[in-house]
Amino acid sequence: MASNPQTDPTLEALVAQKYRHGFVTDIESDTVPPGLDEDVIRLISRKKGEPQFMLDWRLRSYRHWLTMKEPHWAHLRIQPIDYQSISYYSAPKPKADAPKSLEEVDPKLLETYDKLGIPLHERARLAGVAVDAVFDSVSVATTFKERLHKAGVIFCSFSEAVQKYPELVEKYLGSVVPYTDNYFATLNSAVFTDGSFVFVPKGVRCPMELSTYFRINAAKTGQFERTLIVAEEGSHVSYLEGCTAPMRDENQLHAAVVELIALEGAQIKYSTVQNWYPGDEQGRGGIYNFVTKRGECRGANSKISWTQVETGSAITWKYPSCILTGDNSVGEFYSVAVANNYQQADTGTKMIHIGKNTRSTIVSKGISAGHGQNAYRGLVKVLPSAINARNFTQCDSLLMGDKCGAHTFPYMEVRTPIASVEHEATTSKIGDDQLFYCLSRGISEEDAVNMIVNGFCKAVFKELPMEFAVEAQNLLAVSLEGSVG
Amino acid sequence: MLSIKNLHALAGEKQVLNGLDLEVGAGEVHAIMGPNGSGKSTLAQVLAGREGYTVTGGTVTYKGKNLLELSPEDRAREGVFLAFQYPVEIPGVNNVYLLKAGLNAIRKHRGESEMDAFEFLTLIREKMKLMQMDESFLNRGVNEGFSGGEKKRNEILQMSVLEPSLALLDETDSGLDIDALRVVAAGVNSLRSPERAIVLVTHYQRLLDYIEPDHVHVLSGGRIIKSGDKSLALELEKRGYDWVKQEAAA
Repeated sequence: MASNPQTDPTLEALVAQKYRHGFVTDIESDTVPPGLDEDVIRLISRKKGEPQFMLDWRLRSYRHWLTMKEPHWAHLRIQPIDYQSISYYSAPKPKADAPKSLEEVDPKLLETYDKLGIPLHERARLAGVAVDAVFDSVSVATTFKERLHKAGVIFCSFSEAVQKYPELVEKYLGSVVPYTDNYFATLNSAVFTDGSFVFVPKGVRCPMELSTYFRINAAKTGQFERTLIVAEEGSHVSYLEGCTAPMRDENQLHAAVVELIALEGAQIKYSTVQNWYPGDEQGRGGIYNFVTKRGECRGANSKISWTQVETGSAITWKYPSCILTGDNSVGEFYSVAVANNYQQADTGTKMIHIGKNTRSTIVSKGISAGHGQNAYRGLVKVLPSAINARNFTQCDSLLMGDKCGAHTFPYMEVRTPIASVEHEATTSKIGDDQLFYCLSRGISEEDAVNMIVNGFCKAVFKELPMEFAVEAQNLLAVSLEGSVG
Repeated sequence: MLSIKNLHALAGEKQVLNGLDLEVGAGEVHAIMGPNGSGKSTLAQVLAGREGYTVTGGTVTYKGKNLLELSPEDRAREGVFLAFQYPVEIPGVNNVYLLKAGLNAIRKHRGESEMDAFEFLTLIREKMKLMQMDESFLNRGVNEGFSGGEKKRNEILQMSVLEPSLALLDETDSGLDIDALRVVAAGVNSLRSPERAIVLVTHYQRLLDYIEPDHVHVLSGGRIIKSGDKSLALELEKRGYDWVKQEAAA
């Protein structure tokens, strides 16, 4: 045949395309020298002007962390992490005081967001999205505060919450992910610098989608965010999290903790589009993403829904989970995970059924390309108290090329005789037939691959808020450019 | 419009086409018949540019261009359309979305403006009526869960939307009941025009009762061994292929 896509120069150029969001913004950082001991933790706490309970909690966490061992997983290859070479605090230097509006924000910072295609003012104007921008570790701009304030919704940086609502923070912090939970969550508890705090009072339907754009910026600064979302009785909230990061030579550690608490009849929808630097074609320099995300349906009839699109990071280790304590509560997990080049993704969920008639749904779509390795690891645990619990799990894997891998590790532990647990799994290769069918209709190879992959992911994308769904599709397109040919 | 000279081609490793010659002019309908394994489907795949088929000799000129140098998508954009014998399912990809993407890629290639969703919906509704397809089709995935007949109708629907210059129909009649065959044939006939050439690859004469060809060719051993008009098809129906082979060998 005359045209051989394998030697098509445009395709090769696409494959070689560098990470689009790789750049470093030149802003003076107030960075603590690398290393970790109790003094560093005291320094972080002092810099943030924290109350005593916060410092005590950090120190308890740190002392516990010292007794723990770094975990290792069967399907991940990880370079050793030197925790003493990480700088645990970095904040953009305040020019005078903290900015009160967008106009006061460092123009360079706004420029960074512009490069990422998410200009704050544009976003604000567009969809009524309130943005609590986390730049490195400190929040610099918060919009739509007024409207949220009227509804009684608290949406602010974690630091601000510690200052203004210490009793709420003290009540809920660590109540879903205790400081003893796991190595990375414990480290986070000791050193976290900032993050987001959301509190939706009883009966309130949050009037807009809440959105945070995270960015890792200062070199060698591990990022330890902490997010806490509390939805009181009968309230509703939808939270969007999206991230991109600049290019780096060394692996960067990212160990965030997200805690969700839904009281009786409350609903929390948490959506993530994650696009951190995955490393170059050989897998050098990508971000390590070790995240602990867990929500508890504490009250009856409550619901927590996780939706994630994971295209970035060198290594992703992440299992957004639901503890279904309240009777009739519902947990959902919808996930698309992409592993291209030398990326490794080990992701999944845990659904812990405790209350009666609790239901959970898991839909996981793994896409592997290049030398990427994708693993789904999921646990469905039904305790004796969870009478009539139901779970449905669907895991599908799509392989592009013949050097990648897909692995599925479903665990089920059912300890009540009256429960229904279903598991379906498929693995398919992106078909030459499908590709040729699209080409023969005049559609380019890149568009055809995107179309087929997006079709594969449709069940997850339809769970995302509209504007995020579009972004997710674009991300997927960028992540898989040139993967078939 | 299409001029094939001394075409030799492999399907995988196997030599299937052995010096095939064919001239197709604008406005003509050609039927290519032949026994199993004679190379009919290979010819259709080679013309559409499928990977896994290798041309080892000869030339194919389409509208004055060397067709074999074009990528499959560029062939489609230049007006070549293949109606598949076994249309593939693409789960989750909306039928209409795929077709609109194809049409707009072709329009863009021609320097025409892209169609918006409303214009496109109007167009496709009109074409669907012709193919007797119901509204639910609009929301289904590409060939997802379609019956054999629905898949074939969908191929002709795509053809009527993309309006190719050269349409290749690969065994479009196979697996169709008589009602579906009538609908498909009516769809194809509505596309006959002085600017368009249609090449039907078929096993049976049955289709030709509904779509009357101008020329009938018998393909055997990777070459066209006999050409004629419609009456040749009728004769093949009666007498089979062996006499043509013997005649050619003599």
